[in-house]
Amino acid sequence: MTVRRVQGSEVEYGIAVQGQPHANPMVASTHVVNSYAAAHGLTRRARWDFEEENPLRDARGFDLSREVADPSQLTDEDMGLANIILTNGARLYVDHAHPEYSSPEVTNPLDVVLWEKAGENVMRLGAELAAKIPGTAPIVLYKNNVDNKGASYGAHENYLMRRDVPFDQIVEHLTPFFVSRQVFTGAGRVGQKQDGSVHAFQISQRADYFEVGVGLETTLKRPIINTRDEPHADPKKYRRLHVIIGDANCSETAIYLKHGTTSIVLAMIEAGFLTRSLALSAPVTALHDISYDPTLTQKVELEDGRTVTALELQGEYLRLAKEFVAREGSDEQTDDVLRRWESVLDRLARDPMECVRELDWVAKLALLERYRERDGLDWDHAKLHLVDVQYHDIRLHKGLYHQLIRTNRMDRLLTDDQIAATVTDPPRDTRAYFRGMCLAKFSKDIAAASWDSVIFDLPGQDSLQRIPTMEPLRGTAEHVGRLFETSNTASELFAAITGR
Amino acid sequence: MSEQQHKSTRKASEPEAQADTTEVDAERKEKLDDDVDSILDEIDDVLEENAEEFVRSFVQKGGQ
Repeated sequence: MTVRRVQGSEVEYGIAVQGQPHANPMVASTHVVNSYAAAHGLTRRARWDFEEENPLRDARGFDLSREVADPSQLTDEDMGLANIILTNGARLYVDHAHPEYSSPEVTNPLDVVLWEKAGENVMRLGAELAAKIPGTAPIVLYKNNVDNKGASYGAHENYLMRRDVPFDQIVEHLTPFFVSRQVFTGAGRVGQKQDGSVHAFQISQRADYFEVGVGLETTLKRPIINTRDEPHADPKKYRRLHVIIGDANCSETAIYLKHGTTSIVLAMIEAGFLTRSLALSAPVTALHDISYDPTLTQKVELEDGRTVTALELQGEYLRLAKEFVAREGSDEQTDDVLRRWESVLDRLARDPMECVRELDWVAKLALLERYRERDGLDWDHAKLHLVDVQYHDIRLHKGLYHQLIRTNRMDRLLTDDQIAATVTDPPRDTRAYFRGMCLAKFSKDIAAASWDSVIFDLPGQDSLQRIPTMEPLRGTAEHVGRLFETSNTASELFAAITGR
Repeated sequence: MSEQQHKSTRKASEPEAQADTTEVDAERKEKLDDDVDSILDEIDDVLEENAEEFVRSFVQKGGQ
């Protein structure tokens, strides 16, 4: 058993124009993306290729008609908004009214942390560069999910899975896991209910915005299990599990555990190892109830009549994972994830504050409680809401998460140098290598690209030439590294690949 | 690659020494309290100035 699996993440950033609360967020987001593109020689701005995108394809086997779809679900219609591909294989674009960074495909959870963190650097620089446009006010970006007035924006995960796994198995075994994993993936929020009308802390930023168990939507009536079925790969072999229930994490440990533990549960589902149901009687209610209780003692009811805490549910998945590993064997990163998962659950059970150096919601709650104690503040006080939002400010000198890192009050998994390298370099072990290297070496000859293709506009050729990349584990450094070393032009590269 | 990246990671939490006496606990708490004061002082320095105005104007459009 292994946490190794093709995966990635997408983060929509909150955006504010300083001193201009009514500024158009689409315009500001476009400035961020275009400023980054212009400063990095991505001036031709290879366009995103939408040919293989099917946002209305449902994993349960039907298509939602365009007529009944909410306009916000039509993500494949090129709105003319900024949309570029980076040399590290990521996509940087404007989604609805937020700048978004989609990491390149990687093969393991620690690499997700690396390339997701690279995205924070990209966004930080994009915002700094945008501020230099004459006549623009400073733009500030937040890696969070809520404005506490009713709006929420996503931080999604993607996992490549075998197509032949029955979707109802995924729903059955993943739902209780997703409802309870917030005890370590939560980013913490001041305010309960979508509009923040209840003045209290809760563990998860996103929990209140989930209203149904299973569904296709991502912008309204959000489901715990999203059925969007766009594999961006050979659809006969793969599905892409599109996970929309996560919080945007600043903590490296939280991102790592989120992807690591989810990868483990998916491996058990694929192997048919999970046979006993842990189905909840009311998953959506349980999701909210767990989020509202930072003491982690809230009980939720299972369909079989038992009542359990989120920690007990997680403990059950951990126990099964250890059993599965004992049978199947594992590898170094899988063992590391299991160790950290167990350690975090043990310490959360003793006293959540023991995880103050590792988890976002605990670190944030610790700050909030200290302010409450020192200044005698109630949960409706603006200062506490400010601490909540500013925790996620991605500027190094303003963000409170960064303040905790700088003063060595939170643990890290990575170094700044490692992250800086992944801002420019693609992962070497997926097709993102091919995509990123094409952009790095031949960006002026690339007309468009997407997860599953790169389209060349070659000198002397009338028509565009499309190279499909339907296999996520092909196009790696091992496969095509030499071609990039030996090809001096895009035409040479294209000829070497296609024999034309 | 990932194995190398792990070099910089801390070992998953070592169990705290079990020999804590009440006296040590009190001392530790005092130390923690000092640390708490200094955290808040540091954060006071970077917090946006007008909390009410900031929170009121932090309005986002919904996304995915």
